[in-house]
Amino acid sequence: MDYGHSERPAGAVPLPTAIKILIAGGFGVGKTTMVGAVSETRPLRTEEVLTETGVGIDDLSGVEGKTTTTVAMDFGRITIGDDLVLYLFGTPGQDRFWFVWDELALGALGAVVLADTRRLADCFPSIDYFEGRGTPFVVAVNCFEGARQYRLHEVQAALNLDPGVPVLLCDARQRESSKEVLITLMEHAMKTRDARRAEPAE
Amino acid sequence: MTAPGESTEEQWVDDHAGPVVRPYAVTRGRARPVTGTFDLISLVTATRVEASPEVGLGPEHLAIVALCQRIQSVAEVAAHLDLPVGTIRVLLGDLVARDLVEVREPRVTAGLPDDSIFEAVINGLRAL
Repeated sequence: MDYGHSERPAGAVPLPTAIKILIAGGFGVGKTTMVGAVSETRPLRTEEVLTETGVGIDDLSGVEGKTTTTVAMDFGRITIGDDLVLYLFGTPGQDRFWFVWDELALGALGAVVLADTRRLADCFPSIDYFEGRGTPFVVAVNCFEGARQYRLHEVQAALNLDPGVPVLLCDARQRESSKEVLITLMEHAMKTRDARRAEPAE
Repeated sequence: MTAPGESTEEQWVDDHAGPVVRPYAVTRGRARPVTGTFDLISLVTATRVEASPEVGLGPEHLAIVALCQRIQSVAEVAAHLDLPVGTIRVLLGDLVARDLVEVREPRVTAGLPDDSIFEAVINGLRAL
């Protein structure tokens, strides 16, 4: 049965459960491209306006009096069914907005860390963040044309990853490839959860 | 009055309109919602087909009710109205307080998700 979402049974249909997956990585690594490749609509953009002081290392010299900063996040939606909606959020490129990351990571099923072998270090902060937080993640090496192809174990070693963390090649422009990354992430997240359950309670 | 389905509020839901007023002018200076927390993926649905203009409701409130005839996340509402999330949270708080929208917060921190969620996501992705 399809309850058409456009009809208005005014609260008669229970609202679906929303879940989210994060797409992280350095600037220009293809986060929004991947969001767009698998989402049912083109990526949308939402903004948080930050008015608090001390949001990090913004150099305010020359713009004295500036009290707001805007952090943009691109995201997409995949309707899994009447009762489940998946949102994919690209994390803000500026790693200093950690409190935005904290909000995004809360309740996330997992994260994809996109890596570019030409600028591998760009994904270190994302990996550190998800490792520290205990968010299940996979590393997807986006294969840019012209970039030297490395073997996956070389990337794994260079990133000093836990051996259990999946590393795979992908083309963020391709739906099939991006789907495979997300499916690998979900399978890894299930395993991570099972392993945690098996640990003796403190 | 306009007939249902010909909502004039549609014109406010325009991606290309751009910001015409500063974000917190829309909320009359309020930075926090009167009620609710509103995660980015909290789902919002209107409880009635159309909200009639009344004291305390601006065009943005009415635009949200029009938009949320179809279930939307807080992030989607913000993107479609081209307003910052903080502003949208304040407006949604007003609408919840008037029972004009219903909000479902995502299940977070209530333990790890069960197999059925993961399996549904994996199957849903495969079916794309």
